[in-house]
Amino acid sequence: MVWINAVLQGVLLGGLYALFAAGLSLMFGVMRFINMAHGDFIITAAYLLLALVTGFAIHPALAVPLVIVALAAAGYLNQRILLNRVLGKDILPPVLVTFGLSIIIQNALLEVFSADSQKLQAGWLDTASFKLSEDLAIGALPLLMFLAAVAVIAGLQFVFYKTPLGRMLRATSDDPEIVPLMGGSNAHIFAIATALASVVVAIAGIFLAMKTNFDPAAGPARLLFAFEVVIIGGLGSLWGTLIGGIILGVAQTVGAQIDTGSQVLAGHLVFLALLVVRPRGLFPKT
Amino acid sequence: MTVTDISPANTARNISYALRGIILIAVLALALAPMWASRADLRLFMEALSFLALAQMWNLLAGYTGLISVGQQAWVGLGGYFFFALAMFAGMPVLLAIPLAAIAAALVALPTAWVAFRLQGAYFAIGTWVIAEVFRLIAAQNGALGGGSGISLPVEIAKSLAESRNGREMVMYYLAFGIGIASVVLVWLLLRSKWGLALTAIRDSEPAAEAMGVVTRRVKFLIYILTAGVTALTGAFIFLQKLRITPDAAFSVNEWTAFVIFIVVIGGLGSIEGPIIGVLVFFALREIAADWGSWYLILMGAIAIAVMLINKRGIWGAVQVRWDVAAFPVRKILPERSRD
Repeated sequence: MVWINAVLQGVLLGGLYALFAAGLSLMFGVMRFINMAHGDFIITAAYLLLALVTGFAIHPALAVPLVIVALAAAGYLNQRILLNRVLGKDILPPVLVTFGLSIIIQNALLEVFSADSQKLQAGWLDTASFKLSEDLAIGALPLLMFLAAVAVIAGLQFVFYKTPLGRMLRATSDDPEIVPLMGGSNAHIFAIATALASVVVAIAGIFLAMKTNFDPAAGPARLLFAFEVVIIGGLGSLWGTLIGGIILGVAQTVGAQIDTGSQVLAGHLVFLALLVVRPRGLFPKT
Repeated sequence: MTVTDISPANTARNISYALRGIILIAVLALALAPMWASRADLRLFMEALSFLALAQMWNLLAGYTGLISVGQQAWVGLGGYFFFALAMFAGMPVLLAIPLAAIAAALVALPTAWVAFRLQGAYFAIGTWVIAEVFRLIAAQNGALGGGSGISLPVEIAKSLAESRNGREMVMYYLAFGIGIASVVLVWLLLRSKWGLALTAIRDSEPAAEAMGVVTRRVKFLIYILTAGVTALTGAFIFLQKLRITPDAAFSVNEWTAFVIFIVVIGGLGSIEGPIIGVLVFFALREIAADWGSWYLILMGAIAIAVMLINKRGIWGAVQVRWDVAAFPVRKILPERSRD
């Protein structure tokens, strides 16, 4: 029964990992661009929510949309002002610029919030759970997280394939040189894509703040999880991201069940094994 | 009557000679440093020379083969841990354990490269980071080497280098001196060889290099293994000097990769001179900003971003645009056709 429980908790944890990964996957899909500061943006969203709720005593129902809007605006501006300048065939500049951003964000968070580990108290959400059987229960927060991940991915899928904005994003992804000829602006479309990814980053940060302890240096680990999920799922595949998240989540909880200290290591090893067996992921798009 | 030649080519040649003179004097001064420098200065030089070796290796990898690794801490850490294991459990003499640790790490790099090379570009970067994390987590689980809290090198092993404290510091200084200088010479000789042609061709255009018959994959693979080995050698030395190793210190991405990347990028990627300039700038800034705490790191990040926006080839790249100079000539120059 402990194994069934481990798998069940892993699937739900996978929802959070899919949220980590969806933003990264989206930016890569549209711009062929990897944001090395992705995890640090997630942690920034978590700190922002924490500051609004506990520091400024703003009701969570208001603080959550504020965080989402703030991250989306920051994402748009960051892309427009900084990242668009380094996009191109040479992959070194974007990697180094976002790596530099990552160091800046971690140390800025350290200056403002100190190195202490924090967590947002989510009230009844922290403790509520649904009993499935005698010794099997699902926590309300993990369940909410998983449902949010499904909703976010369904939402992105809808935006991408059913709206004019999605058509522009896909067109830019296919051939960024043609889009300007048709009257589109790459700089703007890229910034919109980053803003959209930042909305997902904000949602991921909000759940992370409630789910676990975090500190200013917690970003890189989240970047690695997000990256593993994207590769396992297959580049550019949104639903693949959900499956990838579940695989990583289950690998970690089952690993923790075997040996408590091995949770993260088990996830990494399953990722590397899948990389050897299926280098293009489970559901490669192109 | 002699005519002073002030043509740009001549100026560049004079600057190049001057640079070589400065480098020669600096190397001599470093070679004699134990005679004139204080204990604190020697420590600083040892650290700078270690970082010079790390920077030359990262530059060889990223600047010439285009492989951007964010996981070089894997080799620093493995070098350190292999060295501790060989010296403590196999009872090997220190001066033998250090190179053997490097070879052991290079052997681990073989299967690692096989896995990591499945990823390209930015994905390779993060993939190498994941692999470094795997090594860190395994080291943290290894009880014999102290697990998560690390382990100290027994006093007898440090004493085996030399009985007196001064003697030990002398040996350690010349180890650092040897590693730092050797890393520069190694890259220089490599770039002047047949391999250098292939490497500079890959740096300038990978498809063109491929079309000219360079087997880019094999070159990249071998350079990856070589840089892993030398990085591990440096790592083994670094932890001999620290006398204590912990998984977090050994596999620190900030210390062994972020700082090294900043050094190379600021100094100038894809040149031998760049990492040298970068090390000078990095340590000068650190001496000035020692008390700034995290603001210092914020400044380093901002400078690296600024370099990428202004001139991707860093300080040395900017110098070369202005004057066609080289302190370490590696280019093959076609003989000029006689004017008749």
